[in-house]
Order: sequence, then C-alpha cells, then structure tokens
Amino acid sequence: MIQTTVNGKPQKLDVDPATPILWVLREQLGMTGTKFGCGVAQCGACTAHLDGQPIRSCSTPISEADGCQITTIEGLAGPDGALHPLQQAWIDAQVPQCGYCQSGQLMSAAALLRDTPKPSDAQIDAAMSGNICRCGTYGRIRTAIKAAASGTER
Amino acid sequence: MNKWSRRGFIGAGVLTGGALVVGVAIRPGNAVDKLRGSVASGEGEQLVNAWVKIDRDNTVTAIVPHCEMGQGAHTTLAQMLADELDADWAKVLVMQAPADGTYVVPDAARVFVAAWSVDAPKWLEPTYNGLFTQVAKLGDVMITGGSSSIRTTGQHTMRIAGAAARQMLVAAAAARWNVPASEIVAENSTLMHKASNKRGTYGEFAEAASRESMPQTPPLKDVSQYKLMGKGLQRLDIPAKINGSAHFGIDAQIGGQKLKYVAVKAPPVPGAKVESINTATAKTMPGVRQILNMGDFVAVVADGYWQAQMALNMVEPRYSRTEGDTLDSAKLSALFAKALDDGGDTGGTSLAKEGDAPGAFASAAKKVVAEYKVPFVAHAAMEPINCTAWVHDSKCEIWTSTQVPLRARSAIAKALEISNEDVTVNQLYLGGAFGRRLETDYTVQAARIAKATGYPIKMIWSREEDTRQDFYRPADISRFSGGLDGSGKPVSWNNAFTQLNGPDGSWDVAHYDIPNRSIRHAQADMHLRFGSLRSVDYSQQGFFVESFIDELAHAAGQDPYEYRRGLLSKSPRHKAVLEKVAQMAGWGAALPKDTARGIALVMSFGTIVAEVAEVKLQDGRPRVTKVWCCADAGYVMNPDGFAAQMEGGIIYGLTTALFSGITLRDGGVEQSNFHDYQMVRMEEAPEIVVDFINGDSKVLGGAGEPGLPPLAPAVTNAIFAATGKRIRELPIAKHFT
Repeated sequence: MIQTTVNGKPQKLDVDPATPILWVLREQLGMTGTKFGCGVAQCGACTAHLDGQPIRSCSTPISEADGCQITTIEGLAGPDGALHPLQQAWIDAQVPQCGYCQSGQLMSAAALLRDTPKPSDAQIDAAMSGNICRCGTYGRIRTAIKAAASGTER
Repeated sequence: MNKWSRRGFIGAGVLTGGALVVGVAIRPGNAVDKLRGSVASGEGEQLVNAWVKIDRDNTVTAIVPHCEMGQGAHTTLAQMLADELDADWAKVLVMQAPADGTYVVPDAARVFVAAWSVDAPKWLEPTYNGLFTQVAKLGDVMITGGSSSIRTTGQHTMRIAGAAARQMLVAAAAARWNVPASEIVAENSTLMHKASNKRGTYGEFAEAASRESMPQTPPLKDVSQYKLMGKGLQRLDIPAKINGSAHFGIDAQIGGQKLKYVAVKAPPVPGAKVESINTATAKTMPGVRQILNMGDFVAVVADGYWQAQMALNMVEPRYSRTEGDTLDSAKLSALFAKALDDGGDTGGTSLAKEGDAPGAFASAAKKVVAEYKVPFVAHAAMEPINCTAWVHDSKCEIWTSTQVPLRARSAIAKALEISNEDVTVNQLYLGGAFGRRLETDYTVQAARIAKATGYPIKMIWSREEDTRQDFYRPADISRFSGGLDGSGKPVSWNNAFTQLNGPDGSWDVAHYDIPNRSIRHAQADMHLRFGSLRSVDYSQQGFFVESFIDELAHAAGQDPYEYRRGLLSKSPRHKAVLEKVAQMAGWGAALPKDTARGIALVMSFGTIVAEVAEVKLQDGRPRVTKVWCCADAGYVMNPDGFAAQMEGGIIYGLTTALFSGITLRDGGVEQSNFHDYQMVRMEEAPEIVVDFINGDSKVLGGAGEPGLPPLAPAVTNAIFAATGKRIRELPIAKHFT
C-alpha cells in the first residue's frame, strides 16, 4: 500500500510499487491532465511535481511518492480556483495549439519560477528544454514565462 | 464541446426548447438534389447540414465539422459565422459536429459552388491521395486537412449559415413588430427597431425565425463591414488546455465501464505477418488478461497500460520473411536514383513543359547541375496513436483523435463486416496530427481488438510503435539542370524527381520568369507506407526548388533576394511578399561575424509565404537564431491564430530540416523514440517574427501548412551564405556531426 498526497488530497494506493506515477494518476485516480508522450523521460509531457521538484512521471515509480506530495496540472491553480500566474500568462500569450504538451510545459515552468523568480533566457532554456512541443509554441512559452515572472500577466 | 444528437434536428428548423437551427437543406427540387443520394442514408430522408443553433437563452452555438488539433479552426470558424450573424461573441459556443454524413465537408463546398456559381475550389481535388476526386466516396469525406477549414467550410458554409440565420431572425422580428425588415438593425445578438423603440434578443426570436423561409443566397458582408473577421480573438479552447481539463483521444472514458488497456506491436517490416508468439513469461505477469496474435500485430490486454506494455516486451514474436527484409536506406536510395537514370533527361511523366528546356540548357552560357535528397520523415505528434473501442451487440463505438471520422467509420464497418450505421465515432481533441491522423489504421486495429475481447479497451501505442508504424513523408531525390544566359538570367529549368503524392503543382516554378521549363516525375516505390505530412509534397519540393533557384542566383553572381525579385515581374503578389519579408529582416544590412541569412519563397495551399532565416555559426555548427516570415493568404481571418500557425509551421519545418531522418535497416525503421528521432527544443527555437499582407479578400489561402515549405531552404541557403557549403541532402544535422 502506497500512501501519498495528490494535489493536497491523501491517497492510499494498492498498486504495484514499480508502476510509474503517470499511470497511477491517469488510470487509478482518473486524472488525465498529465500526459503520456514517450515513456522514457525524453519529452516532458508527463511532468508533475514530487515534493515540489519537477519529475517525469512516466519514469518515476509510485514507490518514490510514498509519503510524499504529488502536484499535477489539476492542482496548479489555487484551491479557490484562482489561476496560477503562469496559467493566466498562457492565456494572455495564447500559448497552446493542440495543447497536449502544455500540462508538462506549465509544470516545468512553475518549478522554474518558484526557484528562479526572474529567469534569464539561458535559465528558461535550461529549465524548459526537456519539454517538447511539436506545434512550435516555444516562442510564446518564453513570452508567457517572462510575463508571469515580471507580474505583467493580466 | 457538448454532445449532440442528430435525431433532434433532421427535418426540422426548431428544436425542443425553441432553438433555431440553421443549416443547408438539400430538398427535392433543389438544383443540387442529385448529391443527396450519395450522402444521405435513408430513403426520403431530408438532409440538413446544420451549422448554427440559437437557443432561447440567446446562446449561439457554431457547429463545426472540423476537428481541433491545434490549428485553431474551431474558434476561427465560429468567428466567421458569428460575424455574419452579428452575434455577441461573448455568447458564442463551439460544438464539434458529430461524425455523420450530414457534415460531409466537400459536399458543403460543392453545394455552395452550385448555388453561388463560384469556380470549383480546384485545389481541393488532388489533396490526399485523390480522395476528393471520387464522388462515390463523398460520404466518407469529413476531413480536416489541406489547410482548408477556413477557406472552404468557413467561407462557403459558416458565413452563409450565419448570414441566413440573421436574415431569418430579422424577418421574424419584422413580422412580429409589423415593420419593414430593412429598418431592423441586428447587433450583438440583439434585434432593434429604432423608430418604434422595440428590441429583442436573438433567443426571443429563435423559434419564430425557424418558421421563416431560409434564404438560399443571403448577402455576405464586404470586408469593410467585418466586425469579428480579421480580429485576433482569443481561442475558445485554450482555457481547458491550461488546467488539464481538455480531453484528448487518449483521455477517453466510457461512462459506467472500466476499461482494459492494450499495448500492441506490429512487425517491423511492412507486410510481414506474426507467425508465432511465445507467451510463456508474459502471460504470468501481473494484470495480464489476454495475449492476442492478430496476424498482423500482437496485442496484450491488461488491467493497466503499463502492465500491458511490460508484458508485451516479454512476448517473443516471430515474423514471416518478406521481400523487403534486406532493404536499407542506401539500397532504396539507389533504386530511386535508378528510376531517375532510367528516365534520363527527357523520360518519366511530364508534369510541365514550356519551350525547349533541354535545348536551352545545351546552348546556355552557364550551366548548373544539382541533385537533392530528403529522407523519410515521421509525424511524431505528441499524443501517441491511440483508440478506445467497444464492440457489443454487433455494434462498434470508438473514442479517438482523428482527422477523418467518417473514413474511420467506413473502415471499421468493412473490417468488422457491419454497416456504417452500426459504427459510432466519438471525436476528442487531437494532441497533434500533422497528417498522421488522416489514416484509419489504428481505429480499425482497436475495433478488431475490442471485437476479440468483447469488453471495452483502450489501445495506446508506445512512442516506439508510433515512430516505427507511421505513414511516412517519402524519401525523395530531385535532380536539376539549369542554364543561365550571359547576364545570369535563367533560360532553362530541367527537373525530375521520384515521389509525387500531391497537392498538384508543388514542383511548379511558373511564378518565376524562366522561359524554358521541363519538369518530370519518375516514380520509384518507397517501401514504407506513404502518409501526408504537414504540407505534403511541398515539404520536400520547397527545399528542392528554392535551393536550386538559390544556386542559380549564386552562379549568376547575384544577391539571392534581388535575383528572385527580378524573376517575379508577372507575379506581383509573390513579389510583394518577398519584398516585405526582406524589409522586415533588413535584408542586405551588415551582419556580425559568423552570421548569415537565407531567403525562400513558396506558395502552397493558396498562401504565399516568404521567409528569411538567420544562421549563426557556433563552434562550426549552424544555429538558426531568427526567422522572419511574411505571408499573403488573401485575407487573414484571425491574425494571432494565423501567426501561431506560421510559427508552428516554421518550428515543425525546422525540426524536419535539422533532424528528421527515418532510416531503414533490414527493411525496418531504425529510429524509435525522441533520443534517436530528435525534435527542436526550447534551446534551439529561433525568435520568429510574422507579418502578413491581405492581398485579395475574395480568395483565401490556408494557414496550417504554408509556413513550413520555405523554412528548410531559407536555412540551408543561409548555411551556404555563412559557410560556402551547399546542403543538398537533409537532414542538416548529418553534415555537422
């Protein structure tokens, strides 16, 4: 039995401890905002936070979350539903196209801003280059991160 | 996206609750009634294409027959409808039309072609394997592709439905208020009659309007009257895409049912069969329910997807031998070269012949000869291929992301030997597609598995399966010989290549003033399955043609921009786009050391696009730092959405140009996942500047694809300018290892 907290809610999970967190979220908990992209931590679509640190949930077993806090895209907004500044910046810059990678992009960006409130371009590159976007929204992601960092989102 | 039941509105203009539904009715006596038989199923059924619904609460719902895969069509189509309707944008919703013959898209285009006597949209015909040319298949053509949603469905359908609904609402108000219709003003979903100080919402008149006769040719707005069209309205689907609530195909759930999950593996070599499987280990693994040898693939069904995939990895399949087992990329390339050799200087199928190109080449003052090669390319959409299916009581229902719901329906019906009516296709958002989801292979595969299991399943391909079982942009070789006169002007253009899939004219250079041209095609079989990849043949032809024109410019000793410009005297719109992008980039200005620029110009899908790429050499390797893009799509309906599509085409084109190369070994694809099939990432993404020219508001071009074709040649032309090295074979990365 794995005991973990997902977006503030305690969960007791009767699953194979080797199961990647991604599939526990999607299949056991029905939280499909976290996406499957590659299965080998190459694309970042599955990015979530484990005790505040960004992880590739497709390649992190649920056993590592035992006694820990998982945060997913569904938990990025405040408990009152107030959007995270990055979410608002994503809307303002009209970032998503297909949207499939954007949960992971937002979770990577949220981890970046928490540790580095005013990231440089190089810091954005370093934090975000693990997240692939095939629609080509990189420029808008950069714009949105900078807007959120400077508090100029609407 | 709301659910929609077809039964509610067929044959009626008003729904329960008093909602007005406006569509296009093909009724007996209508000039286009003959189309009815090919698209309507039941005898005596009245076919109504419904595009807009106005509820009593004044909500306007645009019913959009195209999928949303990131291109923003849902929003822009609703925007076009709402503008003609003079609707309040804040009260406009979008609904994905059901997968139903009612929403056949080219039918809609043809209906209005007939009604308006506009020239048939010729560019529709050759797109995607000649699909549109077969009227018998009309019932299957509900398609999102060819950069066509706005310029077909938008122009020919959504706007007209909006205008017709507006006219019916006005007529209803005129009747109730007993005033002339011409005195009624419709604005923001409200009807007003100033003189009598009367006003009412569209919702209040929805039911009455449904009894008005529907105008067959409602007048459409002139550009000067547009209120929403031409504005960069925010996309309606974005709020759900930033909080995890948007549902893609892979997120499908079936109410009240617990899904089993399926991992699959098909033979690596096309056409091979699964001769046997060893399940000894796999069947003992946790969660495993069934291991199926389906003949053309192996499927493992388990309680969870990860369990299914882990078990599949332990299944030992043996495959049949095929003729393709010994093929590799080098051998295939030799076969392509042989096809061109056999064709010789004049052989193959002639695609364009103007003057005497071989003769003019023979007598040219200067001669340039070049051969270009491109590899196979996989689509690599972020959402791996997947489909959820349930077969019960001789009926099949699927939930998936697809560009062709009706083709999927027919393909499943055929495979399961049931009727089309017994197949239901539920469409969710697409996590990218780029042409991959124009194929129906995976929907049939899931339906077959579901038939075998009898319970509902969700099949998900691994990234490896997605990479290796794609329908690929073909590898190709293109050969050129060009002749210049004494002043450097091109007098002869000879070109032959091996792959031709459409759209027609991707190889064309008629916009350039070159008097003698001969363009030929010598087909070579490609071994892998062909698929349309964003911009289809333009993705390689743009590179071929715009590289060679650049080579001619350099052979003539002229600036590549000025050289092209000098050849565009008969193509003023091309010229204007080229001039504007040069102006945007400051073409000709002094650049820092190790920095150079390249330019390219391609018209595709009705849109002229010119791009300037700036390349900086870092440790001897080229890095694309900035791209300027100017486009003329006739009239841009949503500037921000259009810019996003150009940005997307540029990044997709950059990945293709820099990295994409599917190679073959022992007949199978070598690449497997993002570590060996690389994508452009944030750190490699250039700054992109997009602007456009509205060159002709009457003839719209597409947005999804045209940004891609000029990118590769703009980059390789820049690399030549920086290094003197002419890249004649993609991907670029293989030249800088």
